[in-house]
Amino acid sequence: MAGKTLFDKIWDSHVVRTEPDGTTLLYIDRQLVHEVTSPQAFEGLKLAGRRPRRSAATLAVPDHNVPTTDRRLGIADHVSALQIQTLEDNCKDFGIALFNMSDIRQGIVHVIGPEQGFTLPGTTIVCGDSHTSTHGAFGALAFGIGTSEVEHVLATQCLVQKRPKTMEIRVDGTLSERCSAKDIILAIIGKIGTAGGTGYVIEYTGSAIHALSMEGRMTLCNMSIEGGARAGMVAPDEKTIAYIKGRPLAPKGDLFEMAVQGWGQLKTDTDAKYDVTVTLEAEQIAPQVSWGTNPGMVLGVDQNIPDPRTMSDEKTKNATERALAYMGLSPNMPITGIAIDKVFIGSCTNSRIEDLRLAASFAKGKKVAKTVQAMVVPGSGLVKQQAETEGLDRVFREAGFEWREAGCSMCLAMNADVLKPGERCASTSNRNFEGRQGAGGRTHLVSPAMAVAAAIEGHFVDIRHWS
Amino acid sequence: MERFTTLTGLVAPLDRVNVDTDQVIPKQFLKTIKRTGLREGLFFDWRKLKDGSPDPSFFLNQPRYQGATILLTRDNFGCGSSREHAPWALLDQGFRCIIAPSFADIFYNNCFQNGILPVVLKAEEVLPLIKDVTETLGYRLTVDLHHQTVTTPKGTTFRFEIDPFRRDCLYRGLDAIGLTLQHEDAIAAYESRRKAEAPWLFSDVHP
Repeated sequence: MAGKTLFDKIWDSHVVRTEPDGTTLLYIDRQLVHEVTSPQAFEGLKLAGRRPRRSAATLAVPDHNVPTTDRRLGIADHVSALQIQTLEDNCKDFGIALFNMSDIRQGIVHVIGPEQGFTLPGTTIVCGDSHTSTHGAFGALAFGIGTSEVEHVLATQCLVQKRPKTMEIRVDGTLSERCSAKDIILAIIGKIGTAGGTGYVIEYTGSAIHALSMEGRMTLCNMSIEGGARAGMVAPDEKTIAYIKGRPLAPKGDLFEMAVQGWGQLKTDTDAKYDVTVTLEAEQIAPQVSWGTNPGMVLGVDQNIPDPRTMSDEKTKNATERALAYMGLSPNMPITGIAIDKVFIGSCTNSRIEDLRLAASFAKGKKVAKTVQAMVVPGSGLVKQQAETEGLDRVFREAGFEWREAGCSMCLAMNADVLKPGERCASTSNRNFEGRQGAGGRTHLVSPAMAVAAAIEGHFVDIRHWS
Repeated sequence: MERFTTLTGLVAPLDRVNVDTDQVIPKQFLKTIKRTGLREGLFFDWRKLKDGSPDPSFFLNQPRYQGATILLTRDNFGCGSSREHAPWALLDQGFRCIIAPSFADIFYNNCFQNGILPVVLKAEEVLPLIKDVTETLGYRLTVDLHHQTVTTPKGTTFRFEIDPFRRDCLYRGLDAIGLTLQHEDAIAAYESRRKAEAPWLFSDVHP
């Protein structure tokens, strides 16, 4: 019998039943819930007179709409406030655990899952949010679903799924100094395109991947969806186990030892086959900056903006022209020549303590350029608290960064943190779609280190050579 | 869920690749706690000129496409955010079928949950269709789910692939949750087996 991939092992251990055409009823171990994609799911349950099958397998938190300014002032936007109140009411009615806005444990759903030990290897995890792929960093099969499926999982603890194909993305070698997981994943998306992973689950392998910290692996898996793959994963190892041990919701004592034994099996067998393999060399990856209106439109910071006139493929040419017009950029200009107005350090991609430590190390003793407004939004209340204990907030404030409360914030600008039309932002988030950070706003995706350097210089710089 | 059998309808073209769900419906419309009334948010930023007035060149603003039930578009439609508000808004506008060379996975799934049929045709089939739709007032296509075909006014027929299980659920308009609940015994059996193998998965997540 042929060996199994990590994905095969997790999938096979969650099959409840299979239809003749291969459609599978897949068991879902855990679900995360936030305020934006759940109200209609709870409403559906109520209308049908259904109860959650296992409310104890679900954890809820408001994150998309929450203000990042003083929470004691409440939410000025009444529609946002109603959505958050609705989440609180639904959790109460259905017996679901909730970290509300005033709870220190509140934060971005994909930051708090791992932080609380909710995210465990070998599990199936879903959430009505495409960045659920983040949790794959622990060797879990984690993917985003729509609201109808949120309701489906609440009611049945299962989902109807077609088995995806498997893609190995192998990154060997050593990253250049000051390059990070964000640069790896942006380079990957630049290579495979935004639809390259459609229909696949990605497993990231290779020495450069295993050298990453858990935070780095989360950044990597987080953006799998930007390459089209609903899920991305990294096989668990000793770093994974060390990260989980002792977290509030992680198994304890004998159960933990038993779990660790089970997790030891969670790796791709040497004789297993992926449907497709893509390889990159870590040494070749420069600090990345997106220039267009999807995450596949990305280049090394030492490159120039592409010229549509040199493109033969009609599709690429038109998309490039459209993107450059929206972004207000001219062909062939150097990326380091792009001046910015705002800097956003945060989001489920890059708002964990390691991201903030790194960003602070570059900001220390420097000043944000006069032409730039820069903000740091920690991923959770606990990340914020930890950062303040370490004095990182002081470093940021002294350098001229705003230091905010935890939430999704300007990654999607559902709260008050919004770009104005035409404003240009260096952002550590995950999407540079038109209008993502505010109608008419222009987003460049970068790593935290690159974002800090851009904030200080007022334009992009090659972090490898920045003093 | 409304069932989908055959549909003969006016076709509207959206000749863009990689249309993400942030474009289909921007964030400010996601604050609702309802599934209905999302039409006003559909392609909100693309419908307007810079001064806020309607863009006459955008298809949704053109009288000739009013009442369209089939959206014809390009590769990787619906990429990005998982927001089901995207199919809700399309449905609220009257679209029951979307034809494209490829779809993003989550969006594709979300369509089936809402009685919308996403049809994958080859790029070399879609491109001439977009041209025909643009050049012909009142261009209509017939989509037949049972036979898995799309037929042009001239009688040319294209066949599309779809998983039989999804096809049957949509064709019969089945309640997906009700269907899964018919297998409650199998779910319970799975849970008790799994609990013995991996008891830590069944701890209460209430902190």
